[in-house]
Amino acid sequence: MKRPFGQLFLLFLLLILPLVIREAYYQHLMILVLMWVAIGSGWNLISGFTGQVLFGAAAFFGFGAYTAALLSSKLGLSAWWGLPLGGILSVAIAFPFGWICFRLRGPYFALATLALNEIFRHVATIWESLTDGMIGILVMQTFVSKAPYYYVALAIAVVSIVVIDRVMQSRWGYYFVSIREDQDAAESMGINTLYYKMLSLCISAFLIGITGALYTNYMGFIDPKVVFSLHDISIMAILVGIVGGVGTIYGPLVGAFIMVAVQEIFRSGGFGLLNFIGRSTGWPFMSSITKFVGDAHVLSFGILVIIVILFLPNGVVGDWPVIRKMFVRSKDQAV
Amino acid sequence: MEVFFQTLVAGVLKGGLYALIGLGMTLIMGVMGIINLAHGQFMMVAMYITYTLFHFFGLDPYTTLIISMPSLFLLGLVIQKFLLNPLMKVESILPENQVLMTVGIAMVLTEVARFIFTSNYLSVRTSYSSSAFYVGGISFSVPLSIAFILACLLTLGLFLFLIKTDLGRSIRAVSQDSGAAELMGIDSAKIKVITMGIGAGLVASAGTLLLPIYYLFPDIGGPFTTKAFIITILGGLGSTVGAIFGGLILGLAESFGATYIGMDFEDLVGLIIFLLVLLFLPGGIRRLTKV
Amino acid sequence: MAFFKVREIVKFFGGLAAVNGVSFEVQEGEICGLIGPNGSGKTTIFNLINGYFPLNKGEVIFQNEKISGLKPHQICQRGIGRTFQVVKPLKRMSVLDNVIASAFLRRHSRAEAQQLAEETIEFCGLTHYTDKLAKSLPIASRKRLEITRALATLPKLLILDETAAGLNPHELEEAIGLIKKIRDSGITIIIVEHIMKVIMTISDHIVAINHGRLIARGTPTEVASNPEVVKAYFGEDYRA
Repeated sequence: MKRPFGQLFLLFLLLILPLVIREAYYQHLMILVLMWVAIGSGWNLISGFTGQVLFGAAAFFGFGAYTAALLSSKLGLSAWWGLPLGGILSVAIAFPFGWICFRLRGPYFALATLALNEIFRHVATIWESLTDGMIGILVMQTFVSKAPYYYVALAIAVVSIVVIDRVMQSRWGYYFVSIREDQDAAESMGINTLYYKMLSLCISAFLIGITGALYTNYMGFIDPKVVFSLHDISIMAILVGIVGGVGTIYGPLVGAFIMVAVQEIFRSGGFGLLNFIGRSTGWPFMSSITKFVGDAHVLSFGILVIIVILFLPNGVVGDWPVIRKMFVRSKDQAV
Repeated sequence: MEVFFQTLVAGVLKGGLYALIGLGMTLIMGVMGIINLAHGQFMMVAMYITYTLFHFFGLDPYTTLIISMPSLFLLGLVIQKFLLNPLMKVESILPENQVLMTVGIAMVLTEVARFIFTSNYLSVRTSYSSSAFYVGGISFSVPLSIAFILACLLTLGLFLFLIKTDLGRSIRAVSQDSGAAELMGIDSAKIKVITMGIGAGLVASAGTLLLPIYYLFPDIGGPFTTKAFIITILGGLGSTVGAIFGGLILGLAESFGATYIGMDFEDLVGLIIFLLVLLFLPGGIRRLTKV
Repeated sequence: MAFFKVREIVKFFGGLAAVNGVSFEVQEGEICGLIGPNGSGKTTIFNLINGYFPLNKGEVIFQNEKISGLKPHQICQRGIGRTFQVVKPLKRMSVLDNVIASAFLRRHSRAEAQQLAEETIEFCGLTHYTDKLAKSLPIASRKRLEITRALATLPKLLILDETAAGLNPHELEEAIGLIKKIRDSGITIIIVEHIMKVIMTISDHIVAINHGRLIARGTPTEVASNPEVVKAYFGEDYRA
């Protein structure tokens, strides 16, 4: 690590944040951001660093979430056991899955994860005796205050980033990037590409699975539509990964902030700004605009995907030199 | 036994339409080397076009083919030219950024449809929508049969086009080796644009043909995108003959799954086939037949 | 026992035999040149040795162990490094990282791997490119990077596929120098090369193939005067 001070300072800020910002709403948003840091980091390891694009992050997220929920609803255990178990069981799914898909090159892996996502959603919906189907599962929340959840989410986010940072400094990291750059070359350098792709997927699945289990504990309610959502989980994970920076350690952190903010701006009508304008000016069409913006959140995601891929394919961190050039061109020329 | 044959007939008829969906996807896969995850959404757009023409102008759904297919052809052209072709010049770490782009396009199409038509279920009910004729005690749904026959004609037309015309040959050339085709003086960017148009036009016809039987709502695209990629993988990536068999197999499997296992499992069947193909027949039907 | 031996290897692509019953041996410490006209099956033989394609028949034996049937990475672990005719640099990694990644095969800590990588880079004369991204290198240096990366896996046998193609005369001299230097460091080499000048000057022993079959082997002078070889290169009507 080159600048441990900056990172320690950031960690310190994040540690004291719930003491400074006491409003539940903002704490909630921060918890979401931290959960997305973990999911985004997991996505980034297999997709950004190893080059095997994960289209169905929700498969592992939902699997972790259901593990936690079922522990509580079927076995009467605390849903917190879902954290380690959700991670481990996600790996147990990822392992054979990776073994099947990674033997093939081409778009198979991306499509198979999408299919896995769909299969899990169907199974969770159909298997009513186990999951109660569309009704979903309710889990008693342990804490009333948001702070404990915040710290658990922070711990998972920090662990994700530190783990990935360590991994990327090591032999594994070199191997992952080599595989991304050229699989044939990697094989001829003595790298067991099948094994290392599976290893990368398992770490990713673990991080995403744990976060799913935390989601169950935090929200207290899950159903197949929410936790196996293609748009709100799988595509969101891709956006967090890309917007922040494909194949960068801190990209997911930036991406999570931006994407949760974007999501919230649309969901809440610019944090209530539109509502406020509507009320204070009394313009009748403001309410329909507010509704329009609220409904447009998936649309905005779609447009964002298109714009990001066209103009910032490597994200804010990855394409930082490009962005810088756009704004400080004059300065660069002076130098 | 009667149930069995009834299921078989229903499966084959549906399979004909699926083949049409799969063919468009397979052409795109062959030429662009990508899976088009907006394929079902193209179909959804075509269905809304047919619905609008039927509802407001009283056109027969089958007549609207002459409008829905060209419209989607144009939509395909525009998307390829302005959204996908530029990506070939953008340097990105993710190899699948074109596929991601199609996901974004799919989301936008779905949500735009939702804005215009809301999430309500719509349907086109014609005099023949629920009529059927009987051959030896087995019922053939009239709209499905018409759809099947038209699908066969369109497929035949596509093959003639690919084999007999210069443009068709260029498309096959780019599909086999785009670098070599380019050296032969074929403008592969242009071929890609046209292929996307044709793929979109084909799936549009499937949408229009399905509408008299199906309900229509904005999210209908997703499941059909899934079906399309299952068919493509089943057939062997980029193989047109494989796509026809893939479509038939999926139609049959869904039909039998729904009859003998349960309606809930209809969608799951396709996904399970997908996993089985990955496990036991990577490369799809193409591997067996070498076409 | 021969250091490296290929016995009766056969490879079909569809119905066509790209390699049809080729056998040859390589002694430890020598440079073995593999020659043949375009499409005669040289690169296919490399891909068979390297495990990139599975064999249809025959076997490859390295240091008394049968290595055919193993995966490319396992063959590399046994001590056979290779380069590709169409170079495959890890584009978005620096030259140093390219080489570190392959040095990790024999070195387990990051520091040791980096040390080995730096030594290998220096050995191959790429030092001034160390921190450059692989995609920014000119073609001659990319070819050199291929060799460097293969050497960093500490191979006992190195197979070089057209390392000199596309180089200018000056670069060619350097490449020949490097190959000799590698041989002198004790590594056995099999080389495919189109440029006769290169192959004739550096090889101790030459294997000539055409249409997937062995047509001659021996010392460079023996092979060059072999009528089969002359025919393969210059056609039936050529009279020397």
